[in-house]
Order: sequence, then C-alpha cells, then structure tokens
Amino acid sequence: MITTLAFYAFAFVLIASATMVVTARNPVHSVLFLILAFFNAAALMLIAGAEFLAMILVIVYVGAVAVLFLFVVMMLDIDFARMREGFQKYLPIGGIVGFILLLELALVVSTWTTASEATDLRLAPNPGGGVTNTEALGAILYTDYVYLFQLSGLVLLVAMIGAIVLTHRQRPGTKRQNVAAQIARTGSISMERPPVGAGIAELGIRRPPLPEAPKPKQVAHADDHGHGGHH
Amino acid sequence: MPTTMGMGGTTEMAVGLSHYLAISSILLVLGVVGIFLNRKNVIVILMSVELILLAVNLNLVAFSARLDDLAGQVFALFVLTVAAAEASIGLAIIVIYFRNRGSIEVEDISTLRG
Repeated sequence: MITTLAFYAFAFVLIASATMVVTARNPVHSVLFLILAFFNAAALMLIAGAEFLAMILVIVYVGAVAVLFLFVVMMLDIDFARMREGFQKYLPIGGIVGFILLLELALVVSTWTTASEATDLRLAPNPGGGVTNTEALGAILYTDYVYLFQLSGLVLLVAMIGAIVLTHRQRPGTKRQNVAAQIARTGSISMERPPVGAGIAELGIRRPPLPEAPKPKQVAHADDHGHGGHH
Repeated sequence: MPTTMGMGGTTEMAVGLSHYLAISSILLVLGVVGIFLNRKNVIVILMSVELILLAVNLNLVAFSARLDDLAGQVFALFVLTVAAAEASIGLAIIVIYFRNRGSIEVEDISTLRG
C-alpha cells in the first residue's frame, strides 16, 4: 500500500518536472527540473527493485551529465528571450504529434500480452534468495556481458577523446614545447671521451652554443651627423 | 523487498507493469514534444533526448523486474553509458559552435547544407 502511494507520488513529480523541463523559460531552470526528474526516476527504479541502476542513475546523471549541462548553459552567453520565439508557433504541431504518439503507445500497451513461454526465454534469470541486485548484476556483467562491458568503456573513451579534441584550442601567448625543433637540433653537441678517473671535471662543462641572436636591424641614417662607427 | 518470487519464476511486482509503461510513455511523449517546442534552443533539445532515453531505461527496468531477468538491467546500463557519451559530445559540439558563430539557434546551423 505504501509502495503504491510512493510510486504515484514519485511518478507525479517525475511527469511534472519533465513537463517543466520542456516548457521552462530559463534553460537553467530546465536543467534543475531535469535533475529532479532523474531523482524521481531513480526512486521509481528503486521501487521496481533495480537498486544498483537507481544509484548509478543518480551518480552518473545528476552528478555528471546534469552538471555538465549546467556548466554549458551558464558558460554560454545566450539571449534567453530570443530562444523562446518559436514556442507558440510550434505548439500546435508539437501537440498533435505528441497526442498521436501517446495514442499509439496507449494502443500498444493496452493490447499487448506476455508470451506464455516468456519465463523460459530469459537470458539471465535473477538468482533470487539472498543475492542482492548489485551482486547478481556484477556476476553477469563481468562474465556473460564482458565484451559489451568493454565496448561501453570504449564508447566512453571515444567520447572523452572526441570532447577534448573538439573543444581544445591553442591560445596565443602561451609557451609550448616545440618537439620538432628539439629533435631537429643537430651539430651543436659533439661526443667527447672524458679521461678515465678524472671525468667531466677535466674537460669542463660543455654547453650547446646559444642560437645566434638575430642581427640588429641596420638603421639607415639619411642625415649624416656623425655618431656612427663607419667613419 | 518490493518484489517477491512467484511460482512461475516471474515476480509479482509491488506496482503493476502497466503503470510503469504508462509513466514511461508519457515521459517519451514529453521528450518528443520538447524537441518540437524548443526549436531554437539546442541545449533543451539535448535535454529532451535525455528524457527520451530515461523513458527507455524505465521501460527496460520495469520489464526486467516483471520477468525477473537481469539482462534488461544490463542493457539499461549500456543505454546509460551511451547517453552519457552522447551528452558530452553534443555539448562539446555546442560549445565550439557557439565559439565560432556566437549563436546556438537551430535555424542558424546550416553550415553543412551544400
């Protein structure tokens, strides 16, 4: 009874906050409502018995993705008033498409039945007993689904590299290591054979010669009033 | 525990499966409508895509709980991963687009239109 009540409460807040995400005037408010929606969806997953996934949803979505959205929304200097311009114009078509979609989904959900052999076709039945959800999930994630697990790691790696490559830029005025120039520098250092026992102290410390300073620009003196060195 | 083992292997959920399906259907429709309504703001469009993926995850978890099959939860985990990657790449594209053009309106994004 209390579970049903909690379900309806969380579901109501989830739908309300999702509505606010798409209709809020300020994108910052949209992100905050999105965080609320994620929390309530995590609660719904908790009611369904998927504890690990609920916690991951809170950590990954609220802790990482939503904060990333918040960063970007606050970083970009956007004219929020202009962003709202097409809202009224697209309301009818959006409403019609949404209504049709909802109607079709309602038809599917109301006429759908479970196959009689569905329980025999399960891929990874829940072990039940005293095994927790996290333990059961880990037992199949690292054995049966290990390739998919590695693949998801690869997806995250590609996303990380892609985000860095896309947003990286070289600012002017910063000092950088010039690897090509370092490797291409030749002829300045010669191999020496220091005397045995005396070591480098006998030879003195050899330093590569400093690069030639650019010659000072020859100043042309049109009027010769005699202070130069070329007399 | 919200779920108890039934006789046939599937569990009797505390809340019916159809309730979960209704909630996730409404969430999906809200996400689609959000894409239509916020035609100017790409960030809100990305948030709508996140809502759609959340609806998918809720659906997968509900069916996983109904059938007592953990494969659905594993799949939801991968959907979560792809959603995170998609959000990071999308936001990176938005940032560089804003840096180059000073605007993130969808109507302005026509650079690749031949």
